[in-house]
Amino acid sequence: MKQLSVNHLLGIKYITKGDIDLIFETADHFKEVINRPIKKVPSLRDVTIANLFFENSTRTRLSFELAEKRLSADVVNFSAASSSVKKGETLVDTVNNILSMKVDLVVMRHPNPGAGIFLSKNVKASIVNAGDGAHEHPTQALLDAYSIREKLGTVAGKKVVIVGDILHSRVALSNIFALQKLGADVKVCGPLTLIPKHIEHLGVHVEPDLDQALAWCDVANMLRVQNERMEISYFPSTREYVQQFGLTLERLQKLDKSITVMHPGPINRGVEITSDVADSDQAIILNQVENGVAIRMAVLYLLASKIKNYD
Amino acid sequence: MSQKELLNNKEMSVTLQRLACQLVENHHTFDNSVIIGLQPRGVALAERLVSILEKDYQTKQLKFGKLDITFYRDDFRRSDKVLQANTTEIQFVVEGKRVIIIDDVLYTGRSIRSALTALQSFGRPAEVELLCLIDRRFSRHLPIQPDYVGKHVDVINEEKVKVNWSHNDNNNSVILINE
Repeated sequence: MKQLSVNHLLGIKYITKGDIDLIFETADHFKEVINRPIKKVPSLRDVTIANLFFENSTRTRLSFELAEKRLSADVVNFSAASSSVKKGETLVDTVNNILSMKVDLVVMRHPNPGAGIFLSKNVKASIVNAGDGAHEHPTQALLDAYSIREKLGTVAGKKVVIVGDILHSRVALSNIFALQKLGADVKVCGPLTLIPKHIEHLGVHVEPDLDQALAWCDVANMLRVQNERMEISYFPSTREYVQQFGLTLERLQKLDKSITVMHPGPINRGVEITSDVADSDQAIILNQVENGVAIRMAVLYLLASKIKNYD
Repeated sequence: MSQKELLNNKEMSVTLQRLACQLVENHHTFDNSVIIGLQPRGVALAERLVSILEKDYQTKQLKFGKLDITFYRDDFRRSDKVLQANTTEIQFVVEGKRVIIIDDVLYTGRSIRSALTALQSFGRPAEVELLCLIDRRFSRHLPIQPDYVGKHVDVINEEKVKVNWSHNDNNNSVILINE
């Protein structure tokens, strides 16, 4: 019987292609479940999950919470804004306090890269990384790849370009790992100031021209410009960014093929992507959101199956 | 390891015919009835019964679904075996319908308990019946009894009952394996 090779989901870097395939297979079944009249299964009814969000999030948090509730898990929520973190408590202390209340699984988003890895070494619970700084956001990458597989049949051999702020994006890094493990060809495109140095060492090509990148690709994943993570100006003006890297209907119509457009949300309409593209048939942005719940159910189900409370 | 044949190919086909006949007796034209085979092994039995009902009894537009009970099982995280799901295909609502659940071997009754819970996700059936090819008597953990039975067998716990379906139905059998 197949099971995950890991006890935590800390990043795509740490899991195998077999793990990704197993998560996808399981997500197929959960996708069928969430389209039933009654969208709930009792699998995790004796599992308690804590959602620790040390950084703001709407859709990831909602998606995780829905996934947990549809698996019948007990859920506790925690956000840093209203907690003792402000009073000076350390991360390990905060989490250990929560674990003393008998929590089996922790879903954590944290502004510091590696927070999940650090925690997994210091506390006794399965950790799911829901985004750690500019490091990884594994469930987002899984749902992105899953959505490509759903739309195009397979990920292997597909050409994917990730456009925008690669430097500050955990989605980009996790996506690169996931797509490469599944056999896709990946390019990144964006202002050179927002592309990390030496990214070629990950096996991705840098394409500074959006039109050429679009002509090459099957899928374009448009990332958001993360103004909140930028302390300095990385490009002269938003208007210039739109001119060079904004995805417009005009750009899509110039191509001799129909590419798939993705966006991890939240969208800055009129910046990285125009409204007519975001709402077009080529965009699978809302499918990504739907698949997010199924993917997170699969991840939680597979991780929970490795926790044994009855021995 | 020793083996004993409980039903041979001939006996299997007679039993299948009888079960189909009993279903027709109770459900006539199947207007308000649906058949649900449990994944994975109940589906093979259900498919054969459905084909008999369609061919020999001219039952038209029979509603037939496949139900996977993995996410409803009560032994999740209690065994080392990871529970892996199968496809569920139920393209209709069971609200107000007479449901016939089909599985190959009835043993502890726990799968059927899970199936009853799973069924609730598709509506509130008017009535639920259970059909199984083999009923292992005296081994139930729950108060569940079948409505239609192919054959009753008395088997001790260490023994396994296995239903073999051949590709073109010329070599079906039920065997008892003693490990």
